[in-house]
Amino acid sequence: MLYREAGDFSTTYREDNQTFPIRFDRYRYYAVMLIAFLVIPFFVNDYWVNAIFLPFLIYSIAALGLNILTGYCGQVSLGTGGFMAVGAYAVYKLMTAFPDISVLIHIVLAGGVTALVGILFGLPSLRIKGFYLAVATLAAQFFLVWVFNRIPWFYNYSASGQINAPERTFLGFTVTGAETKAWVAYLVCLVFVTISAIVARNMTRGALGRSWMAIRDMDIAAEIIGVNPLKAKLSAFAISSFFVGISGALYFSVYLGAVEVGEVFGINKSFLVLFMIIIGGLGSVFGSFIGAAFLVLLPVLLKNVLVGYFGWQTDVAAHLEFMIIGGLIVWFLIVEPHGLAQLWRLGKEKLRMWPFPY
Amino acid sequence: MPEQLFFTIEVILNGLMAGVLYSLVALGFVLIYKASGIFNYAQGVMALFAAMTLVGIMEGRIPFAHLINAILGTKIHHFGWHVNAVLALILTMGVMLLLAWLVQKVIFKHLVNQEGIILFMATIGLAYFLEGVGDLMWGGDIKMLDVGIPQGLNLWIDETTYNMFDYGFFIDNLDIYATVIAAILVFVLVGFSQYTKQGRAMRAVADDHQAALSVGVSLNFIWIMVWTLAGFVALVAGIVWGTKSGVQFSLSLIALKALPVLMLGGFTSIPGAIVGGLIIGVGEKLFEFAVGPLIGGATENWFAYVLALLFLVFRPQGLFGEKIIERV
Repeated sequence: MLYREAGDFSTTYREDNQTFPIRFDRYRYYAVMLIAFLVIPFFVNDYWVNAIFLPFLIYSIAALGLNILTGYCGQVSLGTGGFMAVGAYAVYKLMTAFPDISVLIHIVLAGGVTALVGILFGLPSLRIKGFYLAVATLAAQFFLVWVFNRIPWFYNYSASGQINAPERTFLGFTVTGAETKAWVAYLVCLVFVTISAIVARNMTRGALGRSWMAIRDMDIAAEIIGVNPLKAKLSAFAISSFFVGISGALYFSVYLGAVEVGEVFGINKSFLVLFMIIIGGLGSVFGSFIGAAFLVLLPVLLKNVLVGYFGWQTDVAAHLEFMIIGGLIVWFLIVEPHGLAQLWRLGKEKLRMWPFPY
Repeated sequence: MPEQLFFTIEVILNGLMAGVLYSLVALGFVLIYKASGIFNYAQGVMALFAAMTLVGIMEGRIPFAHLINAILGTKIHHFGWHVNAVLALILTMGVMLLLAWLVQKVIFKHLVNQEGIILFMATIGLAYFLEGVGDLMWGGDIKMLDVGIPQGLNLWIDETTYNMFDYGFFIDNLDIYATVIAAILVFVLVGFSQYTKQGRAMRAVADDHQAALSVGVSLNFIWIMVWTLAGFVALVAGIVWGTKSGVQFSLSLIALKALPVLMLGGFTSIPGAIVGGLIIGVGEKLFEFAVGPLIGGATENWFAYVLALLFLVFRPQGLFGEKIIERV
């Protein structure tokens, strides 16, 4: 009953084109923002931040990035883990090479480095299409992980082959390293997520986003009506990798603090992020968030219920978890191939009519 | 330099045999992709699942013992009998048949006419599910598989070559058997698809779904059959790989090794899967042997992909794939 567009008149084009045209949606968005920025930081503890909020926020950025490439531009990529590794190692090299510059700038720069690598690995997409491309991006995944594993320059010749985030501060607060307060880490990630989401949303509804979608829907037709496939595909690879790189940088510097590349940024990470956008919804900014939330929360929930509540052995619970995640993915694809975002959209349509459907 | 030369030949031979093993997995992919357009990521996990089931049946393990113990608090694990390898093989084939039927009935029946990417995702979901089921059913420990295939250095080849060239070639018995098995498998598959009624129907479906449907071929039956065939191929791959390195989680990763083989050979070609496998096998062994030590080793992880990638830039449909014709 609250969710109505009746009486909500747009008087300018600007109002007509805004992201949340319905007033209730808009207020809900402001409310979520207020709670996220002003309420949650005062109530979080270490467990909540490390188990739920940080993974959720960081994966959201990665999912946003992959959604731009796969959901909007139609280029399936299985190299997300590799690109996240590029972000992580770029920020590590920058942090250790220029300790005086703020780490936040380094994180953005790491995104830039990843974008360059993304363009490089995006080049074959001009020739290769469909599944062939998906498999080709695996080359990026394995090659990048191998490079970071084998070339000592990337991990500053440390004996263990790991990279460890040195302690850095921003405005007097510790942002990276072991001393980081939970709420600081949360806020840093939240700021990045918010900016990424706003940028992604505005990019995908502009000329660039439309050219991506044209390429996705049928690349030959798009080429004929004047979309430059070189520009569209490579820009999608660059921007997608930029976001993925930022998420990798945050994942390493703010969340984990120490990374062994083969374990953290392996092929499983690529699949995880891909699952997020499939379950959340391809070609939807909101879908990236809801997919990330789903796949971050589900294992935590399952673990708590199976191990904590039923008291089963962890290995049995882990196997069941695999089964349930796999089953759920298949189930979602059967019920709603367009993901949770589509369910949400349908729900909103229903809500607009409710309780008088005619 | 004959020593060097012989060593290179040995590397190539071993590469060829490793390639045969990759082809074994790739074959299952091609079968399903041709007939239903599904890019079956779960092929590797199917191999793992088949091998686990085989070991489980042979050793007389109780399915889902861990789960039952967790729920009921009992401590069961084995029936206490051992099943003959041949009987276990037949039973496992039955399980794979059941699996194929279930996969078609529960998953892909509902996903007919969806986009390729959705189907691909569904198979990844299936892979996760099967992995969970397999571990839950038979336990997650590393199992030894022994169905009577001999392993180790082939003495006869070693001695003969030593007498002829003064250089003994090191070739594993298992690899020889694998090559023979793969060859037989390919002949059987080709024979089946060329000379039987079901095989012809399968090719008809691969050619054109609707045309096949309109002349009375049951798509549902063909798809179940193809999944069963892929399950059998997975079983063979699982036996060979399982004998080689034990039945464990890493077995499912051979699917990833088969992907560049497919890219190279083309997704729709059975000969392509074989030739692609051989090229990848020889290529990565030679590269590791010649260049690997210079740049840090372990190049086998990525070389196949990069080779396939470079290859595809020049020939986007792979070696034997159908020419990609694009229309608006």
